[in-house]
Amino acid sequence: MARINLSVDGSNVSDDVEPRMLLVHYLREKLGKTGTVVGCDTSNCGACTVHLDGRSVKSCNVLAVQADGHEVTTIEGLSDTVDGDLHPVQEAFRECHGLQCGFCTPGMIMQSVDLLNDNPDPTEEEVRLGLEGNLCRCTGYHNIVKSVLHAAKSSSGEGANA
Amino acid sequence: MTAVQDAPSKEIGRDRRRKEDQRLITGRTRWTDNITLPGMLHLAMVRSPFAHATITSIDTEAAKAAPNVVAVLSGKDFGDELGVCINAWPITPDQKAPGHSPMPADRVAFAGEIVAVVVARSAAEARDAAELVDVEFDEQPAVIGIKNALQDSVLAHPDLGTNKSALWVFDSADAGTGSDVEEAISKARADGIVIEREFRQQRLIPAFMEPRSVVVDPTGEQITMYSATQIPHILRFALAATTGVPESKIRVIAPDVGGGFGGKLQTTPEEWIAWAVGRRLGKPVKYTETRSESLMSAHHGRDQVQTLTLAADKEGNVTGFKVHLDADLGAYVAIVGGGVPVLGAFMFNAIYKFPSYRFECQTVLTNTTFTDAYRGAGRPEATYAVERIMDDLAAAVGVDPLEIRERNWIKHEEFPFTTVAGLEYDSGNYEAATARAKEVFGYDELRAEQKRRRDEGDRVQLGIGVSTFTEMCGLAPSRVLGSLDYGAGGWEHASVRMLATGTVEVVTGASAHGQGHETAFSQIVADRLGVPFEDVEVLHGDTQIAHKGLDTYGSRSLVVGGEALVRAADKVIEKAKHLAAHLLEASEDDLEFAGGRFSVRGTDSGVAIQELATAAFAAHNYPEDMEPSLDAEATFDPVNFNYPHGTHLCAMEVDTETGEVKMRKYTCCDDIGNIINPLIVSGQVHGGLVQGIAQALWEEAVHDESGTLVSGSFVDYLLPTAADTISFDVVHTDQPSVCTTNTLGTKGVGEAGTIASTPAVVNAVVDAVRHLGVDDIQMPCTPERVWRAINSGGKGGSTEGAAMPHFGDDAGGGNQEMPGTSSTEGAGA
Repeated sequence: MARINLSVDGSNVSDDVEPRMLLVHYLREKLGKTGTVVGCDTSNCGACTVHLDGRSVKSCNVLAVQADGHEVTTIEGLSDTVDGDLHPVQEAFRECHGLQCGFCTPGMIMQSVDLLNDNPDPTEEEVRLGLEGNLCRCTGYHNIVKSVLHAAKSSSGEGANA
Repeated sequence: MTAVQDAPSKEIGRDRRRKEDQRLITGRTRWTDNITLPGMLHLAMVRSPFAHATITSIDTEAAKAAPNVVAVLSGKDFGDELGVCINAWPITPDQKAPGHSPMPADRVAFAGEIVAVVVARSAAEARDAAELVDVEFDEQPAVIGIKNALQDSVLAHPDLGTNKSALWVFDSADAGTGSDVEEAISKARADGIVIEREFRQQRLIPAFMEPRSVVVDPTGEQITMYSATQIPHILRFALAATTGVPESKIRVIAPDVGGGFGGKLQTTPEEWIAWAVGRRLGKPVKYTETRSESLMSAHHGRDQVQTLTLAADKEGNVTGFKVHLDADLGAYVAIVGGGVPVLGAFMFNAIYKFPSYRFECQTVLTNTTFTDAYRGAGRPEATYAVERIMDDLAAAVGVDPLEIRERNWIKHEEFPFTTVAGLEYDSGNYEAATARAKEVFGYDELRAEQKRRRDEGDRVQLGIGVSTFTEMCGLAPSRVLGSLDYGAGGWEHASVRMLATGTVEVVTGASAHGQGHETAFSQIVADRLGVPFEDVEVLHGDTQIAHKGLDTYGSRSLVVGGEALVRAADKVIEKAKHLAAHLLEASEDDLEFAGGRFSVRGTDSGVAIQELATAAFAAHNYPEDMEPSLDAEATFDPVNFNYPHGTHLCAMEVDTETGEVKMRKYTCCDDIGNIINPLIVSGQVHGGLVQGIAQALWEEAVHDESGTLVSGSFVDYLLPTAADTISFDVVHTDQPSVCTTNTLGTKGVGEAGTIASTPAVVNAVVDAVRHLGVDDIQMPCTPERVWRAINSGGKGGSTEGAAMPHFGDDAGGGNQEMPGTSSTEGAGA
């Protein structure tokens, strides 16, 4: 067991974890952050994408111990869900019907936020390339791409910082 | 109380944003794997690495000794309470079907079949211990592939004596729906056109994003199963029918379900094992599959060889179509396994007036993962066959593919039309959908560009693919299902509860897993009852709440479940009217109902339906001849399928030197009758398109010759990404041909995109290189296959080679661990 101290969605947490424990399992099983999900076992699908110090990572590809001393943001910390004040990218996914079953959505949104932080005014091609690591089976990507472009447009000039 | 002026404008047809989204975009989700119960134990499965083997022994001692392991159980540890996996649709009375135990004790019939289950306090500990289960197998010869199976030299199930499960035949001459197809073919051979083709429908994997998961909680009076399923009601029925637990003691909940596409239309070995273990131990248990397990053991789809003979006169008027399918069931006849190809039987004639038709379907058993429904289920295969061969007919006659279709299709004034397959198409307008699609696509301009590039001998050639599809959906009229020997009906149930404060609960037997029922059904009820959209709550997916239903598949939820909802709402209005007349001291004949309010004609006296709900709750003043309740329920059994149709046009660029294909443009005009929510409809079409396009270009489940699934991870099974796809033009006709057999005039849309798009894409690829002597390219149209087709005029090479070009000759299994010869440390994923 190894002791880790980190910040998750703005709260400081501290736990003893097995060195082999993946960050995604730590989030889900120890912290109950079930908004972040596991969709594959080969780091292809991106459903588990979270932010580590503000950059997107696939949390199935990071050990919990690697997050020691760092800041993690999950879909549950992206906005204050209690009063319904959504992040512009969340709002764009809703507005543009960028989700159906919603399973890929947390990862897709976290990746999109990172993409827009890097490139606040992307072309369709840049959005498509930027989301290549996230799989969706429902939407055919059409409305996901539209959502990201919509978010870029609606927050142009102010960035899309988490 | 909601004042009447708040009543909404018309909801149906509005692009309402979805009610479901708020929780899904904020991570406030209830996936089955999110559920944690006190004292819950976790399961890991030990699976066979062999496609066919007898089980010699299972040594569980080391696993039992591992930390926090509670139990290790195999098939022989259970009796009848383990139950069986059912086949609900024996397609012929003499269908041969092997017994299907969830966890066989003696013999496995496909790689991935479960032989033991480990129960531990954590999922990780269960998986660790599964690796320690030592299973001795005696490997048996395995039969892989349809053509091998047909030879019967190696048997998937030796006890059956054959691999042939059932032969199902429809013949229009015998049925009296058309003439004799052999006669038509003979005549065409003498003085017409005969086109013979063999098409391969490769095996696909539904690959829903949420891996299957099941939680069983035996601690209450009812045993509860939570499952990532499309079919909670059928699941409950099958548990009761096969495991000895009374149906009234079973509660099934499908919480948030992350996609299905037919892949969760199954009653699974994993569910049955979790059920048995939970009951045995008296503790809640959870099993969640890994993606590799999902790809290996959740059912696959498609997998047919289609042998086709099309007869036509010299002008291209089709005179007959003969279809023989050989369909791979895999190792077992799954819940509707044999029925899936038979669903295609009625669709090979598509939108056309073929005078004669014969359909034969031979199902075969092999030592591979069992197959069953995948989006479209039988109809994409049929549509592919007919739309591909119609292009070949156009080429033979020397006319545009759309022209050959128009010569043969049913004209809009000819509806209702009884087809050669015996279905009555109630409405349609193929001319209008085609005209609109051509206009949006820029058909004539693209044809001109194609000619220019061809004349100039460009390295990159342009191809235009056409698919004018129809489908039968809205499964299904119960009597029709009965005539096909299906084991259940096709009705749907709904109830409407008027709550005391005026809000409305709607209960539906349909079970959504991403489709947006909560939004679309709210729109329907809001309009019908005249209450605000926000005041309607749609409840589903829990047999304690929605006690009756037949679930979600076959593009049925709106057209069957939505109609049940309309009828339940209308009953509420009838009751409310009676109460309103009483309270307003007026005759019912003098009342009119509009905008959620009953008014006495010619006066300003009236009462809102939501006020009546409160009055019925208080029950202080109501007529003697009614109960104090406005609630109502309805069960709707459709009288016919419905027949959405559309024209899909695809432009593909093909690099003739490298074989690389690139989608340039995709336009579809679908006629799906009246639209409840255009936003949801376009989403359904987009997603459907990409699944169909993926069959054309990328996806294939490949078993090697020993029966190992070599496309057993997302590294090898090529799901398309955002970078592989384009944005689509999705349009509809201005005047839809509405369905005449439901009140709302709606037709199904969930499967349309998938059914239509595959042939449009392959037709486009072939069209780009037809002038080079190519008339077919086997799916998926990988660059290698396209290049080979261009350079040899053939179909583009063998399936396996093209599907895994990155494997060396000696690899035999890529990144898959190869099984040992006689023993393995359990492959418990």
